[in-house]
Amino acid sequence: MSNKSTPTERRIILKNADDPNYSNKISCYLREGGYAMLKKSFKMKPEEIGAEVLKSGVRGRGGAGFPAGMKWKFLDRKSGKPIYLICNADESEPGTFKDRQIIHKDPHQLIEGMMIAAYAIQAKQAFIYIRAEFFEGARILESAIDEAKAKGFCGDKILGSDFSCDLVVHRGAGAYICGEETGLIESLEGKRPNPRIKPPYFPAVLGLYQCPTIVNNVETLCNVKHIMEIGGDEFAKIGKPNNTGTRIWCVSGHVKKPGYYEFECGALTMGEMIYDVCGGLLPGRSLQAVIPGGSSSKILRADERFSGKLKDGTDFDWGVEDIPLDFDGPMAAGTMSGSGGIIVMDDTVDMVEAMANINAFYAHESCGQCTPCREGSLWMRKITQRMCDGGAREEDADLLLSVANQIEGRTICAFGEAAAWPTQSFIAKFRDRFEDKVKNPERKKSSLQLI
Amino acid sequence: MNLSEETILKIDALIPKYPEKRSAALMIIHLIQDELGSIDLEACEWIADKLELQPINIQELITFYPMLREKPWGKKHIRVCRTLPCALRGSYATCQALEKKLGVKEGHVRDDGEYSIEFMECLADCGEGPVVMVDEETYENVDSVKAGELADLLTSGTLETSKKFVSYENALVQDSNLEAAPKSKPSTK
Ligand SMILES: Cc1cc2nc3c(=O)[nH]c(=O)nc-3n(C[C@H](O)[C@H](O)[C@H](O)COP(=O)(O)O)c2cc1C
Ligand code: SF4
Ligand code: FES
Repeated sequence: MSNKSTPTERRIILKNADDPNYSNKISCYLREGGYAMLKKSFKMKPEEIGAEVLKSGVRGRGGAGFPAGMKWKFLDRKSGKPIYLICNADESEPGTFKDRQIIHKDPHQLIEGMMIAAYAIQAKQAFIYIRAEFFEGARILESAIDEAKAKGFCGDKILGSDFSCDLVVHRGAGAYICGEETGLIESLEGKRPNPRIKPPYFPAVLGLYQCPTIVNNVETLCNVKHIMEIGGDEFAKIGKPNNTGTRIWCVSGHVKKPGYYEFECGALTMGEMIYDVCGGLLPGRSLQAVIPGGSSSKILRADERFSGKLKDGTDFDWGVEDIPLDFDGPMAAGTMSGSGGIIVMDDTVDMVEAMANINAFYAHESCGQCTPCREGSLWMRKITQRMCDGGAREEDADLLLSVANQIEGRTICAFGEAAAWPTQSFIAKFRDRFEDKVKNPERKKSSLQLI
Repeated sequence: MNLSEETILKIDALIPKYPEKRSAALMIIHLIQDELGSIDLEACEWIADKLELQPINIQELITFYPMLREKPWGKKHIRVCRTLPCALRGSYATCQALEKKLGVKEGHVRDDGEYSIEFMECLADCGEGPVVMVDEETYENVDSVKAGELADLLTSGTLETSKKFVSYENALVQDSNLEAAPKSKPSTK
């Protein structure tokens, strides 16, 4: 018998989602004690809730990992302008499919989290901005909101108090850039989703209709409910310091059992995730690369090693398999946990084609405001497409790198980095494959077409 | 422009939900596109009028957002996810199989207007790729072989009742029929 045990999931957010006796109806949610935390919160002062969220240390689950309590504190309350709350349910970072589960299977958890958050920040109105491809998801949310309103959990005079907050579902229309919070706000204002420059347009100060606005991810807002259940201090004991709570990791690509798995932050390593939780690679294959946090995060090569000093002063020397799955682990390895989308690639993958696939995404999704991003993403797509069409040249790796380097840090929003990081990291780690394309332009028989 | 009474009522109910009228633009466009299949210049003018905007304020949305259309898709619109996680599991072959069976190229509408196919970016269901949507229904793990079968069921009009292909959305509905069924495990409360 092996002495290594498979790490076990700790489902907090997804506790009920996949229970066969559970549905997205309010009756199920109430049966499981739903909306009790809303009642508890309404007996507290709004700022006390904010203090619990701050103490919990919960970091944003949308990609940037910014502490939610801190963001709420930045809210401009002096201006006297109305405050808005927006749930970012655009879920469009390639490799990410966690918010989908919450929205479709446990929508009331999100509504309860949102209404607690709305009360805490004293929002005048709240919105859920949902990607338009979730047709049924939007209908589920709308009917869940109706159910919640009928019971006084949302809308006018919530729980009989003086606090009212309407919740409106707003659908996007297929543009990735609507996930970027300022692009989302422009879109919600009925405009093209061209992101705004920060400063001055930090949503907490100048957000929706130039009013103070909090934008949080679906999973982040669900956590608010659980923070209220056990208190900020107890919540902070889940996971690791600076990496509190659980995370829902989405694993896709070449593993036997892809899917979404919720674990305490830092409870397992990348290797345990791939080999134990996801059943390992397909028969006869070996690991080539992992993209750890959605397609925007920097790729990791299977035989890389990472070493240095962690924030707490301890030395680390890791292979890809040793990277702890939390916020700080992937960061220490020079990449990020981003949205939690882990994309696994085995040895059959043609890395130039994978790059071309990713570049096609960013070229398609750039909003076009900034020249480096609009032109750069286009040329990175064209160059990698040409390489895959048999026209690779010696200088292509350097050319791609120079284009990517001229995007990073020169754009209005972080999409610029999101588009540049894949190219920079693919060239840094797989330069040999780009050079090899010149000599061996044909796709290997074992490789799937990726572009 | 001929809009049904129902759609107009929905539009009128929608606008006051927003602090500013202009915010309702996307949702109104969705409602009209759902009914008419696309948003032409006349529709842009109608929406602009409704929201006290200029037609260009609507047109610039139609030309920006990938899911908004100046011309309709086919009667059945098939979306195939193209992005890396799905591609790693064969979505290019899936798309080619659908193109062959349905007789229309990706990005186009078949001459008779019956079918159209579109390559999409990540549909946020990457663990079950390749992902294919038929209108508003999502089908998972559709490799090229299953794509052929799915196309056959689609053309014979039996996809919706098929037991082999249950969409993500339909699986949820079947679940929620259990509404508030007593828990099988004993309650601890
Ligand atoms: C290009 C781009 C796309 C993004 N897409 C999403 C998304 O789909 N969903 C999401 O929650 N956050 C997304 N974000 C992050 C948001 O801008 C924002 O940081 C987040 O919604 C804040 O919520 P959180 O603090 O709870 O994570 C994206 C950011 C960028 C730069
Ligand atoms: S970086 Fe790209 S996506 Fe962001 S604002 Fe500039 S052009 Fe638009
Ligand atoms: S890549 Fe196809 S659903 Fe995400």
